[in-house]
Order: sequence, then C-alpha cells, then structure tokens
Amino acid sequence: MDFSFSEEQTLLRNTIQSFIQDNYDFDKRQAIVKSEEGMKQENWKQFAELGLLGLPFSEEDGGLNFGSVETMIVAEEFGKGLVVEPYIQTVVTCGGFLRRASASIKEKYIPGIISGEDIWAFAYAEPQGRYNLNDLTTTATLDGDHYIINGYKSVVSGGPWANKFIVSVRTSGDQRDSDGISVLIVDKNSEGLSIRDYPTVDGSRASEITLENVSVSKDELIGEEGKGAELIELIVDETIAAICSEAIGAMKVLNDATVEYCKTRKQFGQPIGKFQVLQHRMVDMFMQYEQSVSMTYMVNLKLDEEYAERRKAASGAKVQIAKAAKFIGQSAVQLHGGMGMTDELNVGHYFKRLSMIENSYGNIDHHLKKYSSAG
Amino acid sequence: MQLGFKEEDIKFRDEVRSFIKETFTDDMRKTLSLSKNGHAGKDLHVKWQKSLYERGWMAPNWPEQYGGAGFTSTQKYIFESEMAREGAPRTIPFGLSMVAPVIMEFGSQEQKDKFLPDILESNVWWCQGYSEPGSGSDLASLQCKAENQGDHYLVNGTKIWTTMAQYADWIFCLVRTSKTEKPQEGISFLLIDMKSPGIEVRPLITLDNSPEPHQEVNQVFFEDVKVPIENLIGEENKGWTYAKYLLEFERGTAYSPGLYRGIKNLKDIARDTSIGDGLTLLDDNDFLNKINECEIQIQAMEFVELRIFSALSAGQRVGPESSILKTRGTEIGQYLQELAVEAIGYWSHPFVEDTFANVNEPSIGPDYAATITPEYYNGRKTTIYAGSNEIQRNIISKAVLGL
Ligand SMILES: Cc1cc2nc3c(=O)[nH]c(=O)nc-3n(C[C@H](O)[C@H](O)[C@H](O)COP(=O)(O)OP(=O)(O)OC[C@H]3O[C@@H](n4cnc5c(N)ncnc54)[C@H](O)[C@@H]3O)c2cc1C
Repeated sequence: MDFSFSEEQTLLRNTIQSFIQDNYDFDKRQAIVKSEEGMKQENWKQFAELGLLGLPFSEEDGGLNFGSVETMIVAEEFGKGLVVEPYIQTVVTCGGFLRRASASIKEKYIPGIISGEDIWAFAYAEPQGRYNLNDLTTTATLDGDHYIINGYKSVVSGGPWANKFIVSVRTSGDQRDSDGISVLIVDKNSEGLSIRDYPTVDGSRASEITLENVSVSKDELIGEEGKGAELIELIVDETIAAICSEAIGAMKVLNDATVEYCKTRKQFGQPIGKFQVLQHRMVDMFMQYEQSVSMTYMVNLKLDEEYAERRKAASGAKVQIAKAAKFIGQSAVQLHGGMGMTDELNVGHYFKRLSMIENSYGNIDHHLKKYSSAG
Repeated sequence: MQLGFKEEDIKFRDEVRSFIKETFTDDMRKTLSLSKNGHAGKDLHVKWQKSLYERGWMAPNWPEQYGGAGFTSTQKYIFESEMAREGAPRTIPFGLSMVAPVIMEFGSQEQKDKFLPDILESNVWWCQGYSEPGSGSDLASLQCKAENQGDHYLVNGTKIWTTMAQYADWIFCLVRTSKTEKPQEGISFLLIDMKSPGIEVRPLITLDNSPEPHQEVNQVFFEDVKVPIENLIGEENKGWTYAKYLLEFERGTAYSPGLYRGIKNLKDIARDTSIGDGLTLLDDNDFLNKINECEIQIQAMEFVELRIFSALSAGQRVGPESSILKTRGTEIGQYLQELAVEAIGYWSHPFVEDTFANVNEPSIGPDYAATITPEYYNGRKTTIYAGSNEIQRNIISKAVLGL
C-alpha cells in the first residue's frame, strides 16, 4: 500500500497550481464568471498546451494515457481555484464515453478534444427523472441509417460552451427500463436542436436542450444500441470521482481561509479563534475534510473494480463528500460572520460551488439507496 | 394546564384572518414570493404598513398612549401567528420596534412628538447603525466617533451591514463620544438624518445576489456629518444602557408560525416533484421522514413559545431563556431552506439575478424554483445577525446555566 504521489504526479500538481496562481486568483475568476461568455477561451488553449485535455486518452489516440489519480489531481487543484472551464464535462465525462467508443468515433472526435478545438457536454438529465439516469423520455428511432431524436434535456452543465453533446436516449423499452438506453453524439448545430443557456448559482453555465426530430447518423452511436445504461453508470461514477476531487480542493481552501480568518479577526480583545466553540467547529471541519480526502482517494482507486464494489465506492464517496461539503461550506460562512455573507469575499463562492456538488449526479438520499441496493 | 383559546380570542383571530385576506393581495403575495432575501421593495412594505396603521394594528407592542394596538398578550400572540402563518410582510422593525421603544423610554417630549407619529404612520423609514467593520459580536468596541461641538456633534466613521439603508430617511446609531476604560461607558445613542451632508451609502451584495436596489445590506460612511445636539437620546455616554434596553424589548418573537408555513411550502414542493413511476417526492419515505422530523422540531418550538407567552401573560418576566427561541428558531428555519433546495433537485442550479424583473420567457423549472437556492444562501445570515447563535449559546450557558 502506498498513498504517495509519484514525481510525475507531483509535477502535474505543481503545473496546475502555477496555472491557478497566474490565471485564476479570485478577481480573475470573477471577471471570467461575469464575462459574456462565462469562461475564458485562452484558459482552454492553455489546458491544451499543458496536455491536460489529453490526460486520460491512450497514446494511440494522441493522449497521455494517465489514470484516475492524475485526473483527481487536476480536478482537486481546479477545485481550489473554482475553475469554471468545463474540464470534467469535456475530458472526464464525454472523454470517458469517447475513449470507449469505436475506432472511427475515437479517430473522429478525440483529436478535437485534445487540441482544445471542441468542448463537450453530457446531456442526460430530464425533468421527470430526478437523479435516475435510466428515466428517459427522450427517444431515438432508427430511420434508415439515421436516428431521429425527440425529447428534452435539463440543466446540461457546460451546455452553453459545448459544440458537441453526448445524449442519453431511449431506443426501446419503457421509460425507466435499464434496457433500451443508447448513447448518441449530437452536434450543437444539428437542425431541430434548440438551446436555452443560463448561468448557475455557482458561477457556471448550463442549458435546457430541446431536440425535435434531430437526425444523426447511426455512426454516432457509442457502444451497442440499447445497451448504454451500464456504460452511462460507469462514466457517471468516474465523473463522481472527479467532482469529489474538485470538492476536496474547494473544501481545503475554505478550511484554510477559515482558520486564517479566525486567527486574525479580533472580537472581545482576542482572535475569535481563541473561542473554544469555534476551535471545535474548525476541528470538525478539518476532520470532515480529511475523511473526504480519504474517500476521494478510495473511489479513484476503485473505479476499475467489479460493479458492486465500484457502486459502493462511488456512492459512498459521494455521500461523504456531500455531507462534508454542506458542513464545511456552512461553517465557513458562519465563522466569517457578516463577511461570509458577502459576494465580495471568496468564501461564499466556494460555499455555493460545494452546495451544488452536493446534488450533482445524485444527492445523499439517492446514493444511500444506490449503496444499499449494491448489496 | 390547558390548551386552546377563549371564545373572544377566536373571534379576534377571525378578524385578523379576514383583514389579511382583504389586505394581503395576490399582487403583494406574488411580489413577495419573488424576493430572494425577504424584502420586496420599499413601496410594498410601506403600503402594507399603512394599511395596518389604518386598521389600528401597526404597533401591537406600543403602549396605547402612543397609538399602540391595545392588544392583550394573547391577542398579540394570535396576531403575530396569523401574520406569519400567511407569510404577510413583516413590519420593518427598525423604526417600529427598535428605535421607537428607546425614544418612548429615554427620549425627550420633542423627540417623541417629532418621531413617533411618523413611525406609526410609516412616513419615515429607519435603519439601524450599530455594527462596524471591527465591531460585530463585540459591539462595545465600536469606533464611529461623535465629537460634541456645542450645538452639534461631528460624526466620523462607518457603519456596516446596515439593512436597507438605501431606503432610509433616518438612522439610529451607537457612536463613541468618549474614550473610557470600559468601552461601554463612552457610547451615545444618536438619531441622524440620512440626508445630512457627508453621508454615503454603498450597497453590499450578499449571497442571494439581489441586485440594487434590492440589496439587503449596505455600508454607511460618515464624513464630518453635523448632527444637531437635540438628536441625542437621553444622556451622553449612556447609549449602551439604551441599546441594552432595546435588546430586551426585542426578545420573544414567535418563530413557529412562520416555520409551519415553511413546512407547508415544503410539502407543496415535494408534492409537485416527480420521482418517477407516477410518484412524488412526498411518497419518498427518506424525504418524508425529514419533513416530519422537522415538523416535530417546530412543534417543540411552538410549545416552548406557548410556555413563554403564557408566562408573559401571567405577568412573569422572561429572561435569557428566550435566547432558545432565536437559536432554535433560526436553525430550524435554515434546515427548512436546506430541505427546499434538496426537494427541487437540479432546479436548484439555475441562477436568476433579478427575480423581480419582468421577463417574457418562461421560468427554468417550476416558477417557484428561482428563489429557493438564494433563500437558502441568504438564510445563513439568521445564525449570524441579531446576536450570532454562538453568542446566544454563550448567553444561555452563562445566564441560565450559570456556567
Ligand atoms: C444580513 C445581515 C443584516 C444585518 N443587519 C444589520 C443592521 O441592520 N444593523 C446593524 O447594526 N447590524 C446588522 N448586521 C450585523 C450583525 O449584527 C453582525 O453581523 C453580527 O453582530 C456579527 O458580527 P460580525 O459580522 O462582525 O461577526 P464577528 O463578530 O466577527 O463573528 C465572527 C464569528 O465569530 C463568532 N464569535 C464572535 N464572538 C464569539 C464568542 N465570544 N464566542 C464564540 N463565538 C464568537 C461569531 O458567532 C461568528 O461565527 C447584519 C448582519 C447581516 C449578516
């Protein structure tokens, strides 16, 4: 057993840390969030130059062939900077699908990700489905050599920035069956696709997507028709591992900021950090953080295990991270007093991001149920 | 021991209900429901308060000689409960329940004549200038300085977190008039016209991101502001005593009626939320248990409140025990907000900056969703302000438990 990072991994971490330092201090981040586009293309180019966009892809596909630990490092450091550019959506989630697609799909699409030309988003959630990935009313029917897609996708994270979507659709079966789900690549410019973009409370952007008789070639199918559910669940678990990593980065910043603030903020003639009740709260924040880091390592190391093991790892990590996210976010605001309530201070922004991570890809109740049903 | 109200109280309750039905219009309800921080613009609040004034119900806690409603303590409780139950706008407390009691108790006759009628009629909007950047929980360390220049004070310094100062005509301030060994002994209570030259109000945007003019708080700057000597309340350097008196006046508001309303809203949301298979979130036992557990906590609050209220009716003094109300009331309120965010699932993500703005597009998700996450964020304030919950627990441990 060894929980240390290799030299290469440490180098990767340092690279991202210095990117954040140079390009992503809080003011710069806020300027990006408030800009018309809501992300910065130059940053995306830098990600490409640094090789980050090719991280998980095989060397054959032009990537660096790194694993989940490297992804964890990137996501964690991005979490510290509250990076809004859709790295996880494009590289981890959509990249995850593409890595497992046919040779022709890989060839067609992976270079565009690695070079930074294309940004991708995963359109899976539907209003009626809550967190159930299999609850799909969006349908695709084969018409000759094309699928015709009809349906509606909600709160597609990073949607406004994407030019390509991976869409989960029902090709057969009943609304909630796990059989009959397929995964299709849909270009944003497709006829019949309309999109409504909006900001999200954590400074990111998302979209509502309506698909009306959108026609895509059957070559755009990832995996086998009707057999997409398993693949989707796997990719979502990998995504969960990445957002847990992002979360621990954000938690770390909040914990450090809170400790620092309590050392310097004086009331009643002493630093408020001298009050034992605040000390204990910060100790609890620290313990929650450490447990979250541990669960994040755990899930990232277990992504390749057999189903039940992976299911429990991902859901277990998500439950721990969601609990810690809430406790640390709320406590950081509380201990900063009025300052914690302001938009001006970074603390509230970390709190908000963490609060959205809580229910991304399923909230605590959802994952407890998944955990229980995994046996 | 017995439960239930007397017949005349039930009659009063029905009067209050029909008043609310008539006066709290659908328009007002709609506007208020668009707020992310509980405030819905000056006009709405003033309009509401003026109708209360016309009914004679603006000031349940004032003595009748000043225009108080003349309620019995039971009626007060019923009145407050009914208002909260319906989600009616809360009367803005700064004039009505903060500065007015101080003026009544310690102000001069001129001050009473000048200020109280306008407060009662909602002609003048007040804000509270206590906190400073360096002085929050430790209010007595405040630095904003007022130098006695004979016929006026010269005020220099700043106040922060000033709720709705952007609407205010007047501000009541605690200011430092002398440097004493005990910081409490050099503080005075001053009334300041917000139109005085040298005052600047800067908005502070909070986590709900309500844009101007709907921001909740501000920082107020004073630069060589001249305040007539006659705007001093009581004696110079006695301001701390008056402020403490005010704090006592503030204790003992009932939280449970508003919290029950929160439960009702939460159930409505859960009933409106599909979890598939034709089921709603109310059919999900995990969630239902949380709602019910919360409801039980509220009932526990309600009966603490009823016990306090009945002690008050019996003429007993209620002391620091009432810190229980603030502490538990705000914590349960925050939990309700968390559950609302939880209920709406992914609809908690979309952000609408100006929820009051007229937009032609349909809402993203259900129309009530846009305010829910910002309300949760904004609600974090409730355990910070009005004596943070850490401070409340300090009070209970010291003053009640004797630790
Ligand atoms: C939305 C909002 C509206 C407000 N409106 C007004 C207003 O209209 N007028 C006005 O004057 N003020 C107003 N306030 C200010 C409010 O009263 C202060 O924020 C509050 O007193 C806390 O002070 P602080 O923010 O300086 O935090 P601090 O006092 O610095 O507290 C920081 C943290 O330390 C903790 N702490 C401090 N002392 C102790 C202790 N002895 N033991 C244990 N823990 C401790 C606190 O609980 C808190 O968690 C408002 C605040 C908010 C957030």
